[in-house]
Parts: sequence; structure tokens; C-alpha cells
Amino acid sequence: MNTSNFQNSGKYMNPYLAGFLLGLVLLATIFITGRGLGASGAIKDTTIAISHAVAPKLTESNPFFGQYVGAGKDNPLKSWLVFEIAGVLIGGFISGLVSDRLKIVTESGPRVKPRARWAFAAIGGLLFGIGAQFTRGCTSGAALSGMAVLSTAGFIALLSIFGTGYLVAYLGRKLWI
Amino acid sequence: MGPFVPDLISDQLNLVVALLLGIAFGFVLEQAGFSSSRRLAGVFYGYDFTVLRVFFTAAVTAMSGVLILGHYGMLDTDIIYVNPTWLVPGIVGGMIMGIGFIIGGYCPGTSVCAAAIGKVDAMFFVGGGLLGVFAFGELFPLYQNFYTSTALGPIKVFDSLGMSQGLFAFLLMAVAVVAFVATTKIEKRVNKGSAPSLQFKPLKHAAAGTFAVALGVIFIFMPDHKTSLIEKVTDPAYAATHPVDTMEVDELAYRIVDHEPNIRIIDIRSPKEYDALALPGSYNVQRSDFFGKDWVATFSQRHLKKVVVGDDEAQEQTAYYLLHELGYENLAILRGGIGSFKHTILDSGTFVPTGSRWDSDVKDFRESARVTILKMIADAKNKPVKTIIKRKIQGGC
Repeated sequence: MNTSNFQNSGKYMNPYLAGFLLGLVLLATIFITGRGLGASGAIKDTTIAISHAVAPKLTESNPFFGQYVGAGKDNPLKSWLVFEIAGVLIGGFISGLVSDRLKIVTESGPRVKPRARWAFAAIGGLLFGIGAQFTRGCTSGAALSGMAVLSTAGFIALLSIFGTGYLVAYLGRKLWI
Repeated sequence: MGPFVPDLISDQLNLVVALLLGIAFGFVLEQAGFSSSRRLAGVFYGYDFTVLRVFFTAAVTAMSGVLILGHYGMLDTDIIYVNPTWLVPGIVGGMIMGIGFIIGGYCPGTSVCAAAIGKVDAMFFVGGGLLGVFAFGELFPLYQNFYTSTALGPIKVFDSLGMSQGLFAFLLMAVAVVAFVATTKIEKRVNKGSAPSLQFKPLKHAAAGTFAVALGVIFIFMPDHKTSLIEKVTDPAYAATHPVDTMEVDELAYRIVDHEPNIRIIDIRSPKEYDALALPGSYNVQRSDFFGKDWVATFSQRHLKKVVVGDDEAQEQTAYYLLHELGYENLAILRGGIGSFKHTILDSGTFVPTGSRWDSDVKDFRESARVTILKMIADAKNKPVKTIIKRKIQGGC
């Protein structure tokens, strides 16, 4: 297990060009399907599908999960966002392949050991899993896609995610610098 | 006209489309460097502003595209998904995610992308995400009421701020360009020697920034498709060069009595006025609904004469021109509006002889039409009303 070399920015695409292309992908999504991109929704659907496979009765009786499973409802995995995120896995893999970045590594700040990094990553994911339910989306589905259609919700998500990030960045500085 | 879902693309095919768009999404995210948590976290510590550059550029690009396609009527912006606002839960959720970003170094989309190229920390992040949703669901009764509180619906940010769509778009683009310049300066100061922005070519970037601001200025003066069409058809010069087909009150009455199958009466008055007096077999369609797809099937049948009925001829004429501009044919307006029809046909004893030798025939016709049409109106009131359910695309996470 080694920590990856961070200073390899030269191999990445110019960020403005990447942003422009990402914007075109999002625009194509809105133009073709009438909806935006997302990510946390796929994690939600996957969680509910797992929970339903393990404990169907309990999942159906849960007031939150019960909205998505039960009689007459499709498997939660048969959702737009699950297919889209499956595509993200494939697309990310292809990009890693062509740019020679496929490697099993743990990336962390200079003072953080890999095992601690795993724990912090899992906690971060947990918080995103919870927060994205209240906001009805994460950085992709709420902030980015919401901003593209000029929804108030999108700008609220943007400001509260990044605003809070800057507020607590000082407390978390030892994780990254 | 977009979007293609659900008319051209079925729900099943839409899943294939999702996979393809996802591949493009994942590819661009990885190429941008979003598969690196240190790079993502850099935006909070000033050593790498890649996230801000990519994110803001993408948002502004997509927004500009939506505005331009909407302006030219190529995208029906009324039915695309606009994320609804739950104000306080939205802010609280965002704060939880902000803390998660600092601790975890990813957001859900980027973690999936990073896991795809073998980042073990990203895999832990995804696992944590699954647990987080599970925990949220298990504890849901604790905050069920809070979760659905302060629901404001699919509101738009420029309305919330009380400005025009175009002005907001301009300000957002100007803020983006200023942020790009400022953060590049910060990045070079914090991360001497190895700031990603050291590789930028200043001239090209300045040109792109200028272009973005110029496009923003155009947005200020670019009304949306509806507004510009309405402006076009209400221009007196337009009316002078565009004659309208007019249907006389007696002719319409005759056709109603005759149950003529080849006319459609399009009543453009408000639902309230329509409820008070609805002509038999008429459809109540608001002018703003002309633009969508809901009425295409009715309006686009060329063999049907669409008779526009409104309060007065001026209102009817605008609607007529609008339908004409939207490509619909075989239109007519009702002479004198609904008031004239009511006075001439539906009110008794209003016949004024013109001295013509047809006077008595006309009088007899109107008398019998009055009785028949009033009966038809009374009968229709007992039947369920024909309505079209407005469509809206579902989306969100």
C-alpha cells in the first residue's frame, strides 16, 4: 500500500476545458432526458435494494425506505441514476486506462496513514449519505444540476456545502496539509 | 423540441441513455482530476482550485445552453425537472455534506469515479455513503416532520432574488470569471512552484473569460422564447401585415347546433370566466399553454378549424398570431368575442332588424339556436370536464 504522488497535475485536462465538456454532458442530459445528472440517488437506491434483499418486511415498513419498495414498485436498482452511476464507473475506468492512472492506492494528506484515511473517508461518505437525503441531492444532483436549471435549491446546496466546507476547513487542516 | 423523454425515448431506452451519459460524465470527471481526494480538498486550502474551475465552468456552460435552447424554443423549459426547494432541510443537509467533504475528501459522484480507477479511500467513502443512507432511513421517524418542512416547490433562483433571468445569468458568469482570476492568484501564492495554474496560457484564458462575460451581457437582453414571441405578435406592425380569418357569430352558432365535427373551439379566457360560460365542446386553453406539448395533438390537425374565443377581438388576435407563429394552421377568431356571441345568440330579445329580406329567417334561426345551445351548455355542466394533466419530468436524487 503506497501513498500516491500528488504532483501529477500535468496529465490532467485543462480544468476549464474539462468544465466546458462536463457542462456539455449535463446540457445533453437535460436536453435529451429533461432531468440532470446525479450521484447520491444511486447510492440511496443501492442501499434500499440491499436492505430490501436482506430484510424485505422491515424495509417495506420503514417510513423512508417504504416509499421506494413494495408491491407494484420496480426494483430500486432499475432507476435512472443507478444506470448513470454504472456508466460513471465505466467512464472513469476508461479514462484511467487511457491516461495510465489505474492503480490500487490510498490517497491521503501527508500526515495521514492509510488506515486512518480509510476511516475518515468512510465517515465523510456517511455524512454525505445523510446530508444528501435532507438536501435531496449532493454536489452533482442538487448543486450542479440544480444550478444549470437555475433552481433556488441548487444554489442553496452549493452555498451550504462549500460554505460549511470553508468554515470547518481549519479544523480539518491536518488531514490535508 | 427537447426533451425527448417520454415521447421519443421510452422509459426502457432512457436507462440505456443514462448509462451512456454516465460514461461521458465519469470520463470527464476523471480527466478533470476529480478522482483525486487531495485535489478535491485543495479547493478548501488554496493549493488547488481545480474543483472550483471545473464545477463553475460546467454549471455556467450548462446554464447558458439551457437559456439559449429555451430562447430558440428548442427545449421546453416548462417541463424539465427543476429541483424543488426545502429551505431549512436543504441548508442543514448541505452543512452535513460540507463537513463530510472536509473529512472524506470526496463527494458521492467523485468517489465513484475515483473508486473506478482503484482508489481504496474512495471505496471506503462509497461504503460509508451506503451506511449513511441506511442510518438516515432507520432514524427517519425522528426527523420526518423536519424533512418535509419549509417546502417551497420548484422555485427559480432569479425569482427568489427578485431579478430577471438574464440579469442573474450575467451576474453568475461575472462572479465565475472574477472567482477564476482571484483563485488563480491565491493558488500561486499558497502553492509556489507547483500550482496547477502555472501551466495556463494567460492570453487564451483571458480571451475565454472575456467571451464568458460578453455572453453574459447578451443574456441580459435575451428574453426567453415565450416573451419574445409574444412581443413579436403584439407589435402593431405585425398585425398590419398579417390578416386574420374571422368567423361570424351566426356561423359559429350554426356549427355548434349542427354538431359540426371539424371545428375546435379554443377558449382562451381565464378558467374562472370559462366556468361561468363555456361554449359546448370548447376547450379552455391558457395562452401560456400554447407553447408546450400538451395541446399539440389537438392543434396540429389541419382539417380541424380552430376557432379562438376570447373576451374581445384584440385578445383573440394575439392568440391567433401566436398559434400561427407556432406553426398551427386553419385558425379563425370569433367576431366580437364571447360577449358578442352571448348578446346575439344566448340573450333573448336582442334581435335588431337590419331591413334585409332575411331578417325573419335570421331571427328564427337565432331563437332556435339559443334554445338548443343553452340546453347543450346545461347538459355539459352535468358531465365531467375534459382536462389535460400537465406533464412534468421526474428527476432528482
